[in-house]
Amino acid sequence: MNLLNKFKDPKLCLNILDQIKSELNEEFRFMEVCGTHTVAIFHSGIRTLLPEQMVHLSGPGCPVCVTHDREIAAYIALSEKKLIIATFGDLIKVPGPGGRNLKMVQAEGARIKVVYSAVDALKIAMENPDHKVVFLGVGFETTAPTVAAVIRMAKEQGVKNFSVLSLHKLVPPALKALAADRNIRVHGLLLPGHVSTIIGIKPYLFLAQDYKMPSVISGFEPLDILQSILIMVRQKNTGQAEVVNNYKRAVRDNGNARAMEVMYDVFEPSDALWRGLGLIPGSGLAIRNEYKDFDASVVHDQELPQVNEIPGCKCGEVLKGLISPDKCPLFDTRCTPARPVGPCMVSTEGSCAAYHKYRL
Amino acid sequence: MCLAIPMEIISIQDNVAQVEVGGVKSQVRLDIIDEPAQVGDFVIVHAGFALRRIDREEGLKTLKLFQEGLGLELVK
Repeated sequence: MNLLNKFKDPKLCLNILDQIKSELNEEFRFMEVCGTHTVAIFHSGIRTLLPEQMVHLSGPGCPVCVTHDREIAAYIALSEKKLIIATFGDLIKVPGPGGRNLKMVQAEGARIKVVYSAVDALKIAMENPDHKVVFLGVGFETTAPTVAAVIRMAKEQGVKNFSVLSLHKLVPPALKALAADRNIRVHGLLLPGHVSTIIGIKPYLFLAQDYKMPSVISGFEPLDILQSILIMVRQKNTGQAEVVNNYKRAVRDNGNARAMEVMYDVFEPSDALWRGLGLIPGSGLAIRNEYKDFDASVVHDQELPQVNEIPGCKCGEVLKGLISPDKCPLFDTRCTPARPVGPCMVSTEGSCAAYHKYRL
Repeated sequence: MCLAIPMEIISIQDNVAQVEVGGVKSQVRLDIIDEPAQVGDFVIVHAGFALRRIDREEGLKTLKLFQEGLGLELVK
């Protein structure tokens, strides 16, 4: 039996959906904070099947989308310093100040390499010993341990021409900022499955304890998502908020201790800027002093430049669930996936891009 | 961006495993997985690293819970 196919079973899904419909007795606004959930909810058709009272909001769950304008300005400035920039493809078309992106900088002669893994970036450095290679480190707890492991490999192997610009972000501090914001009306949180594979359940417990927020760690198949929604609805109905691990085949309650150890050996929590949410204390990962030779912000003396916000772009409000993408005046007019103005339209996992693609 | 794909381990040499899903083969590193992975295991792959072994028993348990709640018989 193919286990994963069972989590797509239409009959089972429709049964859960019926249960959601029968148990839902008032408006329920749930937010996911993972771009893969965003896409899965649109792509599977769940969004159109849910009753009207069930409102789906996409939160700050796409690392590309939450990357701040000043961070984008920093890596674009780096890319103009005659280095080799290695990056996940996700960042290539993200517009920075004045609409400039890595693609344009590349067209002007900068050496930008798209890689699938930080390992590939290290390989580029080892194959080009006369050039300095900078890997652009974006991503949440899922990705950060992989980059940390590569920095350790670089140190062990004595690689001198490799560094990382760490723009990584941590999910729980952002959830805390959201939960504490009284303007944001959310009744339940769908917690990101693969971030949780690394961090486990404990970092989320404050959501139920301090904010009475039903919160469910969810997988990405339709059945996972529907079952998680049902759990949230039941919690709301009984008035008992809990944090539930509903993705046990991939998430142990304790997370992945080895990945966390590698991550915190190389990085330490730092304050970080988020698009829409602003500065959140302890929500970033800075490279520790012991690894400073691999910190691109130190090696290449790159600070975060001051920049003006993109005029008219409502990405920040979309990321907080305050408006839906189609309420942005630029949506589908000046801002489309082919010519994106803001990052939420660039990333395939951004809410604006998903809305554009799947909107019925 | 946290997209991760379950892939089956075909072989392991040192800290690197050959993995496959649907005919697509790839190499993943085992530096951050926290339990010994074996040939035949499915692992969750993200950005060139195996993050975790998929717990088939837990998966079956979750399905059985649905099934019992709904009076269906999908998992033997």
